[in-house]
Amino acid sequence: MRKRVALLLVVLLLVFSSSIALAAERHETLVVGGGPWNPATNWNPLYPQRTSATVGLVYETLFAYNPETNVYKPWLAERGEWVSDTVYEVELRSEARWSDGEPLTAADVVFTYELARDNDLPYTPIWRQLEEVNELSPTKVQFVFGDPSYQEWQIELYSRPIVPKHIWKDIPGDQLLIVANENPVGSGPYKAGEGGSDRIVWDRDDNWWANEVFGQPQPKRVVEMIIPENNVALGMLMQRTLDLSNYFIPGIPAIKNSFGLNTWFDDAPYMLQANTAVLYLNNQRAPMDDVAFRRALAHAVNPEVIVERVFEFMVPASDPTGLFGGWMAYHDPDVAREYGFGYNPEYAVQLLDEAGYVDADGDGWRDLPDGTAMSFEIIVPAGWTDWMESIRIISDHFRAIGINANPAFPDQSVYENRMFTGDFDMLINNYGANVSGSPFTYWNWIANHNIHREQATEGNFGRYDNQELFDLIVEFNKVLPMTEESLAIASQIQRILLEDMPAIPFWQNGMWSTSQSEWWTNWPSEHNPDGYPSTWGGYWQMGGVDMLINLRSTK
Amino acid sequence: MGRYLSKKIAIYLITFLFAVTLNWVVPRLVPGDPITSLLARFSGLEGGREILQSYFVQTFGLDKPLWSQYLGFWRSLFMGDLGISITRFPSPVIDIIKTAIIYDFIILLPSIVLSWIIGNKMGALSGVSKRADNFLMPVFYFLTSSPYFWFALVVSYFLGIVLGIFPISHAYSAAMTPGWNWAFIVDFIMHWFMPFITMFLVQLGGWAIGMRNMIIYETNTNYSRYMESLGASKRLIRNYGYRNGILPQVTGLAISLGTIISGGVLTQVVFAYPGLGYTMVQAIKQSDYFLIQGCFLFLILMVLAANFIVDIVYMIIDPRVRHSYSEEA
Repeated sequence: MRKRVALLLVVLLLVFSSSIALAAERHETLVVGGGPWNPATNWNPLYPQRTSATVGLVYETLFAYNPETNVYKPWLAERGEWVSDTVYEVELRSEARWSDGEPLTAADVVFTYELARDNDLPYTPIWRQLEEVNELSPTKVQFVFGDPSYQEWQIELYSRPIVPKHIWKDIPGDQLLIVANENPVGSGPYKAGEGGSDRIVWDRDDNWWANEVFGQPQPKRVVEMIIPENNVALGMLMQRTLDLSNYFIPGIPAIKNSFGLNTWFDDAPYMLQANTAVLYLNNQRAPMDDVAFRRALAHAVNPEVIVERVFEFMVPASDPTGLFGGWMAYHDPDVAREYGFGYNPEYAVQLLDEAGYVDADGDGWRDLPDGTAMSFEIIVPAGWTDWMESIRIISDHFRAIGINANPAFPDQSVYENRMFTGDFDMLINNYGANVSGSPFTYWNWIANHNIHREQATEGNFGRYDNQELFDLIVEFNKVLPMTEESLAIASQIQRILLEDMPAIPFWQNGMWSTSQSEWWTNWPSEHNPDGYPSTWGGYWQMGGVDMLINLRSTK
Repeated sequence: MGRYLSKKIAIYLITFLFAVTLNWVVPRLVPGDPITSLLARFSGLEGGREILQSYFVQTFGLDKPLWSQYLGFWRSLFMGDLGISITRFPSPVIDIIKTAIIYDFIILLPSIVLSWIIGNKMGALSGVSKRADNFLMPVFYFLTSSPYFWFALVVSYFLGIVLGIFPISHAYSAAMTPGWNWAFIVDFIMHWFMPFITMFLVQLGGWAIGMRNMIIYETNTNYSRYMESLGASKRLIRNYGYRNGILPQVTGLAISLGTIISGGVLTQVVFAYPGLGYTMVQAIKQSDYFLIQGCFLFLILMVLAANFIVDIVYMIIDPRVRHSYSEEA
């Protein structure tokens, strides 16, 4: 008996002492989830499918961009500007250093771009507009363009990780995309740590060059947990084992206060917006090739119902133009008012009646003007519960005005295959509508010109064909941003999209972000908008690192 | 004995061949391909997607005709090469599995062995004691009729969220660095406990019910009554009953191994416990052909190997099987 008591005491002591040791480490560790779906196996900045935080935490870009404030923050660059119509010059920060102590200079920037000129890399197409990149001095880089695409260049500035020449020059061209680059040497505030099959670990580099410039990130260690189910993320937030979740978790508004969870906005819409969810209509199939029919559909749906029932007010309904965030700089309110759409089923019915879509055979459903019956399938991937519920509501609203529409849920790979090959009636998608530094991203996606081929992968999945609009989008890319000319082109693009309604923007998907303050406080929010509460790939240089700098430990 | 084994081995080989072939074919029947899925959300400069697409298709040999991919698959399989994971490029599938399979072993082995032993003992108790039976049977029925994932959620909710004793997910705490120190070992066991207890309890019910019914049956057979009339003690009769009752339980173990291992897959998903099951579900979600194949292959191997062991055990403990084969030979 006494032995057993002694044993029990030893076990309790062990549990107790280990929990104390753990708490000390926990105060220096930030635990996040929602970015990566796989453990870290690849830290290669040239490879787009790398472990996502590699860019931002380990490798850095010339600029950072905050989509909330629409401000470009010079990062590795001290400043950058168009010195003429075709020449862009960047002045680098003289403090910038690689984690092995070597200085980061203009030669590294030139090397990064020439690497894509001399090899087939995902950003090789930049050389369609670029002619040469020159090192004017150790801190000055000159980009000479043939035919510059200004809008894309803005995005390029905060997307392209600069790689160290002294390391990558020795890697043969055919290995550039293959190397896993374990132990990456970058210029960023963190180094790759020792992760596991369910987590990715980043250890702070205390000698980061920008500690004095931007401030030192507070967490000594950032751990990205890989969480296969959203409800696990919610449980971890409640258990205080997860600090920040970037998963979509239903029910947050209802439980937020009782469990002490933080969101960007205190009240609706709670979340920042990350992208626009669009109903694509297959313009190659009748009657979706008819403008009147498409416009009728746009007026038939009440997105507020989706916002309320599916998203519990965590997202707003979309502006008719589909624009949001920084893109709103190009928003034309007059065009939106005059040509925009809103929930108006009477008007939808009137449009359909006038265009001859009436119930010819008396079965309760409208038919084509020639009397043929019509029925439609709206698809989203199986298991995407929020979208599944959304298209149930959309179908109901279509059915309410006599259009026989039904939701269907194929597997994701099937859905994507049908989307890319144009084998669908209607579907919801948002893949290319993600927040960026230019509305060119959205327009070039919703009305992409690459539709005359077997697979349309770049967007415009409904294959709406309008050369005039395609040309305008290209032209928008080719004039200097925020000039009168670019604003005028932007208005025209918005007008055509609204008049023709090739695809219908209904609501904004959220930049899902829920945090708790047991271990860390000072989360970015509407009251503290410095930084962006996202750990998704590509968002670290969009305010994610600023968040790490501004966080405060509760110790 | 030799005949028994060679017959069994032949059956196992055929099963293996079919299972592995199916596992190769099924992901490829789904429309779409892993590279398109992988790049579906690619955003970047126009033309960048094509460069990556052609690069991937070549790297993974997906441009070759299907029959040649299939032959290549078997060829590499015999050389122990399961290919490279697409979503965890450039990690070899075998390395991913080596890390993951440890988590399966530490959950499955103890839960199967302990639940079988303890379940049989408790079932035997229930079979001979009316009072214990009244109380235990509803519990056993509840346990055995619970689906693994559902029971995992219940355990996770009560022990994790409500009582807050055990962490609800992953293999160890985020602030922990793996190492041979007490803090880590304790932390690891705390994380291990809930997936283990889920697997343990759900299996326990089935074994207990089986043994209870066997004991009741055996104690009413003629040999038991005969022993009773000879004046044998209740305890002795029960022991004989138990030994006879254990045989169908061994067969039962062999039959239910597949269910148990697939239950393990779901349990791992609920607790985000990084074993093969968790890895495979992630791979399926992202159509990573090679990783799916690898995980599935190992799950098949586990089922087959466990069945094989049970077969051998059965031969040892059941003299009828042993003798029938050795006499013929």
